Amino acid sequence: MANSHYEPPKQSTFGQLIDSLFLLVLVLGALFTPLYLKLAGGGKVDLAVADKTTWAGLGQNAVQQAQWEKLGFTPDTAASMITSRFDYSFNVAELAVTAIVIVGYFALLFIFSRSEYREVIEERFGKR
Amino acid sequence: MTQSTAVHGEKISLLRVLGPGHVWALGVGIVLVGEYMGWNFAVGKGGMIAALIACWVAGLLYTCVAMIDSEVTSTVAAAGGQYAQAKHIVGPLMAFNVGLYLVFAYTMLEAANAITLGYLVQTVGTMAGFSDVHDKPFIVLTIIFLAWLNYRGVYATLTVNLVLTAIAFIAILILFAAVKPWSNELLDHKALLNGLPYGWLGVIASLHFGLWYYLGIEGTCQAAEEVRSPARSLPLGTMTGIMTLLIAATMTWYVCSGLMPWEYLGQAVTPLFDAARLTNSMPLMVLLFVGTVFSTLASANGCINDASRAWFSMGRDRYLPIWFGAVHPTNRTPYRSIVFLVPVALVFAYFAPLDQVITFSILSGLLGYTYMSFNVILFRRKWPLGTIKRGYIHPFHPLPAIVLLVLCSVTYFAVFLGYGTQLVAMLVFFMVASLWFHFHRYQYVRRGDQFTMQWPRPQGY
Repeated sequence: MANSHYEPPKQSTFGQLIDSLFLLVLVLGALFTPLYLKLAGGGKVDLAVADKTTWAGLGQNAVQQAQWEKLGFTPDTAASMITSRFDYSFNVAELAVTAIVIVGYFALLFIFSRSEYREVIEERFGKR
Repeated sequence: MTQSTAVHGEKISLLRVLGPGHVWALGVGIVLVGEYMGWNFAVGKGGMIAALIACWVAGLLYTCVAMIDSEVTSTVAAAGGQYAQAKHIVGPLMAFNVGLYLVFAYTMLEAANAITLGYLVQTVGTMAGFSDVHDKPFIVLTIIFLAWLNYRGVYATLTVNLVLTAIAFIAILILFAAVKPWSNELLDHKALLNGLPYGWLGVIASLHFGLWYYLGIEGTCQAAEEVRSPARSLPLGTMTGIMTLLIAATMTWYVCSGLMPWEYLGQAVTPLFDAARLTNSMPLMVLLFVGTVFSTLASANGCINDASRAWFSMGRDRYLPIWFGAVHPTNRTPYRSIVFLVPVALVFAYFAPLDQVITFSILSGLLGYTYMSFNVILFRRKWPLGTIKRGYIHPFHPLPAIVLLVLCSVTYFAVFLGYGTQLVAMLVFFMVASLWFHFHRYQYVRRGDQFTMQWPRPQGY
């Protein structure tokens, strides 16, 4: 059986430039939007400690204290690092939406790819 | 199969000059920096014990990746690695996405390397009394210099990587021996280990940055078109690379967890250099300074190599403007792709914080690993064993694919814990890009040219 042949249109230099810029803007937009809106990095909370001005108050033992000091820290400068904790509480609905987005994305990929792949195979090997 | 591109009416191809040592250096060179920085954010997300568990679970994930990748890459030996695989096995849209995963994973990793190098120079400058040292010029210089090196030629680039990687790896071995792991003279795990501060949820959460120990090892197959004997060199280079990294990761964790409070380690930018500082040994400090500099340079170098080849391959296939598919007439490198990606790396290295840049890189890698698990199942289904010549056949199929998919799913949840917004933003980006490709860009793609391997028709099509 004769192979069907698709001849793509020739893209102008201007069109190539527009396509390149579109991707560049999309990349920067997607990656910088969460940073710009300060939504990146998730929630952190401050751990309540007895006293932020002493190593003992910050819950540090003698060995830990010695290592902090070797690294050039005092209780004041180390306090924010020691008390910072991730907040892992989450909303089940948010988790479900994220899962749907992931599954939906891969479903989209495989469905569209399948139709494109059929065209590739038919042109390469001929129609059945 | 060596593909070529036309420049000035002449067919010019990439050079086949690399051996298994180069493949090892490309893989480990990109990844070894993960021991020098970034892995320790796993400590911040779950504690020291959680980071160790994450290290080994991630090691299992990457063993699956290496097994699967070695089979498919040794069979589909073309520039672009997983991208070329997706073209032949799943279809153009998947290939376009895989190409983007590779470009972002490596370009963000390159940016992370430049940030670390700049920070290290600034830290050492401050310690030496130069308190006005700024990190930004070093970030810019690093990216520009390495892009130039890549522009000049692949053999010189990867030979430099081989030397830098070997020195950085030896530095970890020397540090490990110097802290006398058989005694408590310098290390004090008993006083510094802190159990599981976030419980088992923290163990899962730490898997997010646990991937950083190994992220990029799959980059070995980006050089498939420039390797002398792909069927032998790619599996050999990748597998020895994984083993090297497993050893280095465990040693790194052991040294750092015995020297630093977990709250510091979980947020440190240069943990191995800090470990050397805590030994009070000037030679060790110098050695780990050199090791950190070399590992970041080797990694950024390999990243530019891999990202540009993926971008080049997409340009050559018209998934991107064909202008990017050019090979330099004398240097034989994908020079336009190398130059185009420089500003992207610069923007992120200059403006974004390290943990965010690393997260973007990890997410791109994670999407790629998810694809690999489906890819190998489709590969075996479309061309069962015996129907085509494979350079390597991985054992226990489909178990590695299933384990990989399960671990990827757990890692998505780990990223969701703390970095859910980036996860969704990245997926939205890929969805929009996919729709753009399918409904606009695909019209420029030559259908039959997407399948270049001399294989029989895939079963089911």
